[in-house]
Amino acid sequence: MLSALLLFAAVLGIILFLASRVRGKRSDNAVGYLYLLPVVLMLAVGLVYPGLRTIYESFFDARGSAFIGIDNYKTIFTDHDQLVVLANTIIWVVIVPLLATAIGLVYAILVDRSRFESFAKALIFLPMAISMVAAGVIWKFMYEYRVDQPNVKQIGLINQIIVWLGGKPVQLLITDTFKLNTLLLIVVFIWIQAGFAMTVLSAAIKAIPDDIVEAARLDGVNPWSMFVKITLPSVRPTIVVVLTTIAIGTLKVFDVVRTMTGGNFNTSVIANEFYSQLIRADNQGLAAALAVVLFVLVTPIVFYNIRQVRQEA
Amino acid sequence: MMAVTPLTTTPEITPVQLSAASVAKKKLSSPWASLAAVVIAVLWTLPTFGLLLSSFRPELSIKRTGWWTFFTDPELTLDNYRAVFDSESGVNLADFFVNSLVICIPAVLIPVSLAALAAYAFAWIDFRGKNILFLAIFALQIVPLQVTLIPLLTIFVKIDISGTFWPLWLAHSTFALPLAIYLLHNFMKEVPAGLIEAARMDGAGHVAIFFRVMMPLMVPALAAFGIFQFLWVWNDLLVALVFAGGGNEVAPITYQLANLTGTRGTAWHLLASGTFVSIIVPVTVFLLLQRYFVRGLLAGSVKG
Repeated sequence: MLSALLLFAAVLGIILFLASRVRGKRSDNAVGYLYLLPVVLMLAVGLVYPGLRTIYESFFDARGSAFIGIDNYKTIFTDHDQLVVLANTIIWVVIVPLLATAIGLVYAILVDRSRFESFAKALIFLPMAISMVAAGVIWKFMYEYRVDQPNVKQIGLINQIIVWLGGKPVQLLITDTFKLNTLLLIVVFIWIQAGFAMTVLSAAIKAIPDDIVEAARLDGVNPWSMFVKITLPSVRPTIVVVLTTIAIGTLKVFDVVRTMTGGNFNTSVIANEFYSQLIRADNQGLAAALAVVLFVLVTPIVFYNIRQVRQEA
Repeated sequence: MMAVTPLTTTPEITPVQLSAASVAKKKLSSPWASLAAVVIAVLWTLPTFGLLLSSFRPELSIKRTGWWTFFTDPELTLDNYRAVFDSESGVNLADFFVNSLVICIPAVLIPVSLAALAAYAFAWIDFRGKNILFLAIFALQIVPLQVTLIPLLTIFVKIDISGTFWPLWLAHSTFALPLAIYLLHNFMKEVPAGLIEAARMDGAGHVAIFFRVMMPLMVPALAAFGIFQFLWVWNDLLVALVFAGGGNEVAPITYQLANLTGTRGTAWHLLASGTFVSIIVPVTVFLLLQRYFVRGLLAGSVKG
């Protein structure tokens, strides 16, 4: 670690030393380029080149040696297993942003200006600070299943509740009827993301000018129309930003699926499938193609998000 | 977007605090609204609480009874925590914990300082090609890291640094740059131009302005982004799996935890205590620096 920090300090030192040497009006170009040099180098080698290279490699076979045209993409859009992956990704990206945002909004309104506001917010927000791996373990424990025998007790809360209600315990993460296991993984990600939605929306709600609220109140507007006519329209741009931001994160979700099911039992999504193909199946070409598909899916959402942020600013 | 509290020397008289939300809340109304809030709060806290309680229960009890049994038959032990740090268990969490720290510190310091330098250049130096370059870096935010991993792996193997910390430091630092530059640039732009002008009049060059004028003003923004980058690197699994997958010498704690869920999926006593060891650092950082963290969120700095 020291070596890295020392090397880095040396690079910074040289840049700053050189920058302090050039003086006068003409110096701006030189100093500007000097300040940007490390960043541009790193981005060129670490993002631009690999990105282009991956697009190129997505047209090659598993070992990256033979050109096979668009076969990898054909596989993604026709192979049964890959279609399940695509379908799951769509389910994720539709459900997670909507529910996480809705819960975040409702909760932000409910605790707004209550006595325990900051504590209440911290509770919902805390999952954001922990890793998705940790979240995966926490929820795996919630979903844990024990064989249904008289002397065996459930240790997972969900199955225990099912038993208390008189039902039979279910192998929650293995059952893919009605996409049950995928939906249960989605719950975990909503659990992580709702705090983000709540924080940002709460700030937006607090920014609604008091006189607008006061005027509406004097007009005798009831709480529901206050919500629909004042609150919602005022925070609409923020809602869009939150929805799209969560959607981008959802598309790239990997850790939750990998920790909880490893993508088995029909629960894989694109980002997880990318890893499986790259490391486990050793299919570099298909992994590259999956990454490119992810890229193509993320791009429009990111651009839309940026446009919203700009309009708001 | 953010609520700004006006600075006042005398306390304002505000008899009734009103907001759209509080009015909407009123008739939804008190008991029901409170109940709903409590239900959500409980749902969000219970899973973590269950695992935390489990991590202190004896191994056999964890495996045979639910954690709620604790309330009728309380038993507590530190054995699980001892086990994850004990080399006999094969978990060796302490090593991975140290690895995580070794990965995180440079992976936060390097991109934050490089981005500050670049952001300063974009905000306050006039040089040819500035706008195009800024746009290009801004646009790089759309590149998901999955797209870069395969070629980077090849490069790291070729220059023979795979199996060391270097791939992790370099990758994390690079991935953080576009967003860091964009956000810090936005913050720096808000510094009044007069301050910079005054410094220039006094004969200060770009180096002096950067350190004496800009840095002190930028502390909150740097902290906000630093915390983000720290949490993101500490919590990362994908980069760790791809670049540190080979050797346990450099793998972070998330890597080992993910391993445990795969190979020792039934060792709940190890999983429970191991998970809490991995959570301690980010949650502490979060609780101590919550103010900055939220500020970072509200500046739109979200990464995933």
